[in-house]
Amino acid sequence: MIEVKDLHKSFGGIEVLKGISTTFEKGMTNLIIGQSGSGKTVFIKCLLGLFPYENGCISYDGKIFSELTEDQKRDLRGDIGMVFQGSALFDSLTIAQNVMFPLKMFTKQSKSEMEDRVDFVLKRVNLIDAHNKMPSEASGGMQKRVAIARAIVNNPKYLFCDEPNSGLDPKTAIIIDNLIKEITDEYDITTVINSHDMNSVMEIGEKIVFLKDGLKAWEGSKDTIFKTDNEVVTDFVYSSELMKKVRQMYIEEKQ
Amino acid sequence: MLYLHNIGTYFLMIVEMFRKPTKWGVMKQLILKDIDDLIIGSLGIVAFISFFVGGVVAIQTALNISNPLIPKNLVGFATRQSIVLEFGPTFISIIMAGKVGSFITSSIGTMRVTEQIDALEVMGINSLNYLVFPKFISLLLYPFVISIAMFLGIVGGMIASVYGGFSTAEDYIAGIQLDFKPFHVAYAFIKTSVFAFILATIPSFHGFYMKGGALEVGKASTTSFVWTSVVIILLNYLLTQMLLS
Repeated sequence: MIEVKDLHKSFGGIEVLKGISTTFEKGMTNLIIGQSGSGKTVFIKCLLGLFPYENGCISYDGKIFSELTEDQKRDLRGDIGMVFQGSALFDSLTIAQNVMFPLKMFTKQSKSEMEDRVDFVLKRVNLIDAHNKMPSEASGGMQKRVAIARAIVNNPKYLFCDEPNSGLDPKTAIIIDNLIKEITDEYDITTVINSHDMNSVMEIGEKIVFLKDGLKAWEGSKDTIFKTDNEVVTDFVYSSELMKKVRQMYIEEKQ
Repeated sequence: MLYLHNIGTYFLMIVEMFRKPTKWGVMKQLILKDIDDLIIGSLGIVAFISFFVGGVVAIQTALNISNPLIPKNLVGFATRQSIVLEFGPTFISIIMAGKVGSFITSSIGTMRVTEQIDALEVMGINSLNYLVFPKFISLLLYPFVISIAMFLGIVGGMIASVYGGFSTAEDYIAGIQLDFKPFHVAYAFIKTSVFAFILATIPSFHGFYMKGGALEVGKASTTSFVWTSVVIILLNYLLTQMLLS
């Protein structure tokens, strides 16, 4: 479980996060949603320790991040997997080497053990026979799956995904969403996903945190988001005609 | 103020580069790859330039000797001095600032833009040690490149002066042996080692701390070349003043 209390972050005097408090539950897919510029990426980068924050507190299963020593932070980071928006695969390494990278850096496994683990996770994300391809030879969907494989290869306790299905076609996006959900359930990890894709919200949003202008505007789940009367949320969620029709059908079905 | 901030960040980067070392098994491969990219990959252009510039130095020296009282072995002597003292260490380092420096800046800068550096940091890896330290170690072999440049420059000078009819091979060889001071070679390699450190760190600094997208990677490469050259020229002056005067 990850707890965030009163998180503040500014850039050059402009406050981007204005005191966010929330909890990301273990074994759940937690979604952070909001418009572009609402502070989602800054929030996730603060959670990961990539951006220092001015005020507030972030704790991972009770361990307060800012109070950890450098060595403890490094150990904690070994428990974190991250899928970046652009996949962030290392250009100079093959797909198998990318996935093997965390194992090489942080474990004392033999080469054959590492290869077995890489085979296992690549199969888990439905990538077979892609081991020797370079990232530039892989499609966007494949790159995302490799990034997920790299993120889970070390059995993390926390999985972060920044816009995991941006730039993907709707079918591949659903495959990626379902894969993240399955992995969350299978390994019982705390997954935090940063997204503005409403399909993801409806598919896998077990807990949803809605950000607006650096503040938490709403918190709930994919079931409660249909019922909410919060104008800020409904304005964002039902901005398209399709979503308006979905809501109408949902309300009619409930009546 | 920004310059002071950047200078401070540069020195902090150097300190950080030596902290939290990457696993030796991984580091060894990174060093070998960087030796291939930065040292072996530069040998061709360095050899080509050294050979022909050595020839030009010899021809120009010979053409400027009009007094019959000046011995013909001066061509070899002047070529050796020019190449060992300045052309080898300084001129080649400026060329390397363009070739190796822009490669380092653009490769690290692209990793920054594509969040690969963020990925390293999220994993708890000291990205400066992972990215910059192998470049620093591989450029410890830079004096080897400069020795090849010196040798080929002197050979180029000999071929140009003998086949151009400016000097005989005997005169040229006598010239390159004339008044030889081993400290001049030591001076050249001290300069080379300092320039190697500059070539590894300033381009890395510009790549690592860049912000923006693809356009900024290009701008950072240009800025890195300018600053690496400026620092090499300034340090060349200071080291010459300290070591030779």
